[in-house]
Amino acid sequence: MIEQNPLVQMTFAKALNAGLRRAMERDPRVVLMGEDIGKLGGVFRVTDALQKDFGAHRVIDTPLAESGIMGTAIGMAYRGYRPIVEIQFDGFLYPAFDQIVSQVAKLHFRSLGRVKVPITVRIPFGGGIGSPEHHSESPEAYFVHTAGLRVISPSNPQDAYAMIQEAVASDDPVVFLEPKRRYHDKGDVDTSVGLDGPGGLAMGSARVASEGRDVTLVAYGPLVKTCLDAAIAASDEGVSVEVIDLRSLSPIDYATLETSVRKTGRLVIAHEASRTGGLGAEIAASIAERCFYYLEHAPVRVTGFDIPYPYSKLEFYHLPDLDRILDGVDRVLGRPNSLSGTEEGE
Amino acid sequence: MRTEVSTYQMRYQMTAGDHGSPIQLLSPDGERHPNEHFDHYLDDVDGESGAQTLASLYEDMVVARRIDAEGTALQRQGQLGLWPPFVGQEAAQIGSAHAIGADDFIFPSYREIGVAYVRGASLPDLVRQWRGNAHSGWDPFALNMAPSQVVIGAQTLHAVGYAMGVLFDGAETAAVTYFGDGATSQGDVNESMVFAASYQAPVVFFCQNNHWAISEPVGLQAHVPIARRAPGFGIPSARVDGNDVLACLAVTREALERAHSGNGPSYIEAVTYRMGPHTTADDPTRYRDPNELEDWKERDPIARFEAYLGGLGLLDDELRSRVAAKADAVAAELREATIHMPDPAPGSLFEHVYAGPHSVLDRQRDQFERYHGGISSATLVEGGH
Repeated sequence: MIEQNPLVQMTFAKALNAGLRRAMERDPRVVLMGEDIGKLGGVFRVTDALQKDFGAHRVIDTPLAESGIMGTAIGMAYRGYRPIVEIQFDGFLYPAFDQIVSQVAKLHFRSLGRVKVPITVRIPFGGGIGSPEHHSESPEAYFVHTAGLRVISPSNPQDAYAMIQEAVASDDPVVFLEPKRRYHDKGDVDTSVGLDGPGGLAMGSARVASEGRDVTLVAYGPLVKTCLDAAIAASDEGVSVEVIDLRSLSPIDYATLETSVRKTGRLVIAHEASRTGGLGAEIAASIAERCFYYLEHAPVRVTGFDIPYPYSKLEFYHLPDLDRILDGVDRVLGRPNSLSGTEEGE
Repeated sequence: MRTEVSTYQMRYQMTAGDHGSPIQLLSPDGERHPNEHFDHYLDDVDGESGAQTLASLYEDMVVARRIDAEGTALQRQGQLGLWPPFVGQEAAQIGSAHAIGADDFIFPSYREIGVAYVRGASLPDLVRQWRGNAHSGWDPFALNMAPSQVVIGAQTLHAVGYAMGVLFDGAETAAVTYFGDGATSQGDVNESMVFAASYQAPVVFFCQNNHWAISEPVGLQAHVPIARRAPGFGIPSARVDGNDVLACLAVTREALERAHSGNGPSYIEAVTYRMGPHTTADDPTRYRDPNELEDWKERDPIARFEAYLGGLGLLDDELRSRVAAKADAVAAELREATIHMPDPAPGSLFEHVYAGPHSVLDRQRDQFERYHGGISSATLVEGGH
């Protein structure tokens, strides 16, 4: 008889904490590395109390040097450890970019598969929390463009709990993007889901977050909630929107996207990151290649502008919000609005 | 395993910060120690106009502390998004800033608000970025001071590059860069020392070792006093009491003299203490022994200087009340300027991304304007300029 696990309500940050704890209990070679992750528990408290419970040799406060953290994590991996690296804020990861792109991503390939690099790089990403500069970036496209990395982003506490464990268990390096403005959002978490139970694994597969007939709306991380809200608003106007939470940005689960687009014939992609060279472009092109004859309208992107992330007073003019997403839904339905026709080169 | 860990912890908590005697001209009780070498750099302090020089240092320290307190208060009241307090570091900032010439160029971190004040930054420019109205405040070329730098240590390379330019131009100015103890771990900071030594660039590295990088004690960054690193790169260094404004002034002047006379880079470690949180978003009670703060309060830089001025008979009611009035006035002006600072115009998002036209971004700006023209203009934030 299978015992039913009760659902536990917890915040996104607490779910990550519980997932990290579970990963550390499961495998003694799992270690955490990062700035202020020990006594302080991280600036977002994601690693709260883990150093107290697992010791300073497994929850390692590092010197303030991101390239150093990433490079030494690779050495730890050579020794058979599974390091989970915390980059304190998205904007601070670039000193480590060389180690990630030139070393972490390529080591398995260049060692002919002899060296596994099971490193998880946790990065709080995205905007919307009123921060100063370098604290609100969306760097996902850099990593999606880098062969050798898996890139994933949970949107809710349940997925955060399961996906962090899967990321740690992966023999490939995983860039794990945490939508920081959702850290305090609460949700039910079934702790039997994931590696501990028979439940399906979340990491590699997209999730139909809300079913619909008329428009496929694709998002990940911080904007999934916004898109779900948009779907509810659209339904008030009789438009049925199917929201897909990608979860995995590399690889993208195109099977789930194709099924949806073949049904709806219309695709909107939303992300906070800038438009040019962003994930929306990749998805639009891939769906055009795969589902061209099913499409009733050109795919529509609702994204941040091609600007450096702005000062906080204006960040909500930059970030796609419910209105801008609905505007995109209108456009893909061919409804005239202020931006109709602008994609076609007016 | 546990034993090893505790040994490791003990080691890093005990080291760096307590070794070596920093250069000190004023003891914590305000007594002046004669110093054959460094007194030479304090002619204006000890000469005829000494009272004026001392009063100016005192005023700037008191006003800087008041600006800092007002910044924290404005953040608590929701007028600023964040504030990085520098309370406790006034002697390091004001003393060094008074040594830097108007033609020298400063590359600061984000905490050098006292330095920016001395440099002549307007009060609204001190808070603009912390209110979220812009990414920087003052005009770098008006103040000869770069915008504050949030990416830890990145500015040190910029300072060295500037100094290389000075060198190649045959000019007689210098660059000064400020950074903290945490930054000394960054590759950029170490690379900047390599470049500075390699070209003998006229640059002064001014490290404020305030003992804490958010929750991490300085011993995690360095197992020896930070100043000892520089000689390994071929750069002479000094370790100075960062809560002694006269010592900070004299040591920075010596370093700049070296830079201005073609004798290359210098490195200063000013040993001070971050009395406040890392920023207003931080809670040091989670990681810091409150007794440590009490110990450092005994070494308060302003109290020390007041004791010195008192001993000289300079701290009279006139000076006290004049400086207090100035601090009040600055605080009131800062508060008014902050509260009434207009929000930036939404369209400013697209300004200054490029120096010239950009066809793709220009199109996005057109779409942005059409979109916001198409929805109720009442929802727009009132444009400030």
